[in-house]
Amino acid sequence: MTKKSKTLNLNFGPQHPAAHGVLRLILELDGEVVEKVDPHIGLLHRGTEKLIENKTYMQAVPYFDRLDYVAPMNQEHAFALAIEKILNIEVPIRAQFIRVIFCEIGRILSHILNITTQALDVGALTPSLWGFEERETLMTFYERVSGSRLHANYFRAGGVHQDLPGSLDKDIGDFCNRFPKVIDDLETLLTDNRIFKQRNVDIGIVSKQDALDYSFSGVMLRGSGVPWDLRKSQPYECYNQIEFKIPVGKNGDCYDRYICRIEEMRESVKIINQCLIAMPKGPVKTPDGKITPPPKREMKESMEALIHHFKLFTEGYRVNEDEIYTAVEAPKGEFGVYLISDGSNKPYKCKIRAPGFSHLQAMDYLIKGHMLADVPAVLGSLDIVFGEIDR
Amino acid sequence: MKNLIDLEKKINSELTTKINDSKISHNQLYLKIDQEDLLDVVTFLKTNSDTKFRQLIDITAVDYPENPQRFKMIYLFLSHKFNQRIILSYLISENKIIPSLIKIFPAANWMEREVFDMYGIKFKDHPDLRRILTDYQFEGFPLRKDFPLTGHNEVRYSEEEKKVIYEPVKLEQNYRNFDYESPWEGTKYIKEQIKKDE
Repeated sequence: MTKKSKTLNLNFGPQHPAAHGVLRLILELDGEVVEKVDPHIGLLHRGTEKLIENKTYMQAVPYFDRLDYVAPMNQEHAFALAIEKILNIEVPIRAQFIRVIFCEIGRILSHILNITTQALDVGALTPSLWGFEERETLMTFYERVSGSRLHANYFRAGGVHQDLPGSLDKDIGDFCNRFPKVIDDLETLLTDNRIFKQRNVDIGIVSKQDALDYSFSGVMLRGSGVPWDLRKSQPYECYNQIEFKIPVGKNGDCYDRYICRIEEMRESVKIINQCLIAMPKGPVKTPDGKITPPPKREMKESMEALIHHFKLFTEGYRVNEDEIYTAVEAPKGEFGVYLISDGSNKPYKCKIRAPGFSHLQAMDYLIKGHMLADVPAVLGSLDIVFGEIDR
Repeated sequence: MKNLIDLEKKINSELTTKINDSKISHNQLYLKIDQEDLLDVVTFLKTNSDTKFRQLIDITAVDYPENPQRFKMIYLFLSHKFNQRIILSYLISENKIIPSLIKIFPAANWMEREVFDMYGIKFKDHPDLRRILTDYQFEGFPLRKDFPLTGHNEVRYSEEEKKVIYEPVKLEQNYRNFDYESPWEGTKYIKEQIKKDE
């Protein structure tokens, strides 16, 4: 008797809890082994780039919150930096520190979500319950500083929207003292867990060369042993004044990437602590009234301030003709904005470079030859969020 | 190369005929080339030991409808070794078919699909040039400047047919594009409306 083999096509998603959003995978299976995968993306496509071309620079900022919605401020940061570089604005030092603090909070937010949901995908429920409690605390920091838990609209060109209110810096400091213990607790649940290791070690291995060829960045690149972090190699804001380490993986598998994320959270806590100590008092946005709105108090008395405010929120500011690519180290990798300005108050073109887009593209390469049950584990370790992939 | 000025010199001397223009700005090197030279230039940038641009960061296009060469293709490269970035660009006309970079950078696959989806630019030798971000039966190229912001079709759930249906976009009010040229005279679309009414 001859054995006939036939491949089976399986539709995964678009609504599936392990897909981390709206992802549709067409899997070609030989028994339980995946032969080919064809990701269908775009189910969350909202035309962000088109919308940005039709909005003023200030109105475009909130669209960036809606990209990678688990770490909103990191995205705004790339856009703010692009405008600032074209306009040649110096951001006040206090604003730089505030930005770094909130970027690192965003990194912790994103990594907690990723680690705990990856654990959930491979069968561990408890980490997500513990982790989400901390995310909630971090989101209240977002809320206290910007008025909103997720869609912050806080990093504006020229600085940040407003100074830290009341005792926020003290509360963030308290959180930083407490949080390493939580990371330890998460680690006791996962790092040496037999099942977690069986599901992640040697799964989804990426070699150094392939990581480069597939345009990987962030943890996906570092997990494969390439020491590359934009915060170190092309420092922006005040990252060059801060001491921190870049965790680098060895094997490039899902487990190494998990370890990298855990270590990055510890480094983030260190960065925040250093910022809280080094942060001086002072203004949080550039005094140029053509770019940032005047303080409310001034508007009651000064005609000029009132005019500035009116012009800024109707016409917006104009950005001279130029083109620029700026990138930041977002939690998921290199998040970049390629901005072309034409001298008007709206961007002529704004291309958003989302790290997850290149990562998901390599899905076929990563999963080939693995079992069907490894699909969620690999997807989880890619750290994909459809807000940024579909744009 | 240690710094961008050396890199610019090196590239200009090695690829003399192929580089139309180069400039350094914002700590990045901008190169302008012809479409025919794309593969040669990219291969050189990737393999030469003094450049080593091993990562393709992104591919995108820009639409200038008023130009005879309507689209500007843009390629972003990053060299980890020398910590440098290059922005490569060239102009093409609307129906030009351009070479694909997949052979050199596998990551170009989806990036080129996205450019095709958004601008309708076709790539030669691309194994799988389907739409990527837009809906399954989508028509038109949304990031072209002549594509309306509101789109052509909208979807809703139809209670009668018990399924999601596509209909032409119906707006209660026209899309208003405020240009803020002068706060006193009003925007262009209001001026046009007044003229029409008269």
